[in-house]
Amino acid sequence: MKVVVDFSICDLHGLCVEAAPEVFEIGDDGALRVLNETPEQGLRAKVDKAVRECPTGAISIEE
Amino acid sequence: MLRRITIVGASLAGLRAAETLRDRGFDGELTLVGDEPHRPYDRPPLSKQVLQGTWEPEQTFFRKKDGYAALALDMRLGVRARSVDLRAKRVALADGTLADYDRLIIATGARVRTLPGIRPRAGLLVLRSLDDAIALGRELMHATRVAIVGAGFIGLEVAASCRARGLDVTVIEALPVPLFHILGPTLCDMIAAMHRDHGVDLRTGVTVTDVIGESRAAGLVLSDGSRVEADVVVVGIGVTPNTEWLEGSGLTLDNGIVCDGYGEAAPHVYAAGDVARVANRWHGDSPRIEHWTNAVEQAVHAAENALAGPEASTSFSSVPYFWSDQYDRKIQFIGRARPHDEVVIVDGSLDDRRLTALFRRGDRVVACLAVNQPRALIKYRKLLASGAAWEAAISGTAVS
Repeated sequence: MKVVVDFSICDLHGLCVEAAPEVFEIGDDGALRVLNETPEQGLRAKVDKAVRECPTGAISIEE
Repeated sequence: MLRRITIVGASLAGLRAAETLRDRGFDGELTLVGDEPHRPYDRPPLSKQVLQGTWEPEQTFFRKKDGYAALALDMRLGVRARSVDLRAKRVALADGTLADYDRLIIATGARVRTLPGIRPRAGLLVLRSLDDAIALGRELMHATRVAIVGAGFIGLEVAASCRARGLDVTVIEALPVPLFHILGPTLCDMIAAMHRDHGVDLRTGVTVTDVIGESRAAGLVLSDGSRVEADVVVVGIGVTPNTEWLEGSGLTLDNGIVCDGYGEAAPHVYAAGDVARVANRWHGDSPRIEHWTNAVEQAVHAAENALAGPEASTSFSSVPYFWSDQYDRKIQFIGRARPHDEVVIVDGSLDDRRLTALFRRGDRVVACLAVNQPRALIKYRKLLASGAAWEAAISGTAVS
């Protein structure tokens, strides 16, 4: 899977960082970063949670 | 064998439950029933982007029409659920059709309260649904003065959006300060001052006794005898859970559907979102919560437990979260505060209206409010989730 973030609509709620800290981070500059764009399948449930919980729908998964 | 799952309620919680069921491999019949004619849409933008006119209403839809094929839903929109027979495992719909189920997820949400004793008329509006937002947006195009009843989050967001449109805004609130029961006195004063600085005429400690105007609302009469003239009146005084259709079903109804920590209201019956009262292990209580993130979390949890069955079910534990966008401020709140918890501002200031505040009860930190400080919130969310002591939270601030 490939994690895609639409940074133009990211609103920094930070729920993805809580759901999948292996994949998402908010840096010292206050911007969201994708740490791992192609996480292994074992992280699927966590990334799914990040997608579901993003209030602006900024995260999607490409297979 | 699980063959049929029915979800009643086609808003955020209903949709997320359906998505989760398919994600987890459920390939049986999945029915999604919704009383509104629209496919599922997102409510938070209604009071902001849609009302300010920066979004078309269609932009609130979670999925495009063709985005539903992958979910393989039997989607029944524009039809209300009338009753449920728990023994027969069958939901009766208002159009006379039935929906049988092996598992039922109820996410029928809530509806707005209206002013008691006041008859409906033109120019007297509410904001809950997409149709409400379209109707209100249309009214605002011809208005110059708006009166808003209720300074809750909806009322305050509508006020900010109306100010963005250049309208004169008066807000009426029965309590002495807005949001007192959620934020406590110090932070409420900051919110009130923010609205007044943006030109809102915020009148607190008064109630509405009447609406002026026979065929069309032309303003309000207040309990202090004063009058507020307005072209449009918006009422935002809270919501009532949609449980009437469940009366006599055998489910426990008490300001919502009472559920255990597994999200179960009865064997094989789950509830999620604004209509549900799910026991939350994090604070040990089962309040009814009307926030976006709660709807998602409970829906995912209910769907997973519905598939897992009683032996493999997990109990619900979540640090509550909500946010509100007003003017150029993002207000984010995690945890659960009471009005008389001690509040300490650990970063920023009330004057700047950019701050992080922690709420203390005994030796625990129980909540965190951040205004335009999203990073702080992520840090304290972790601390709250782990049940951190007050001293640890405060010293954590000192370290970073």
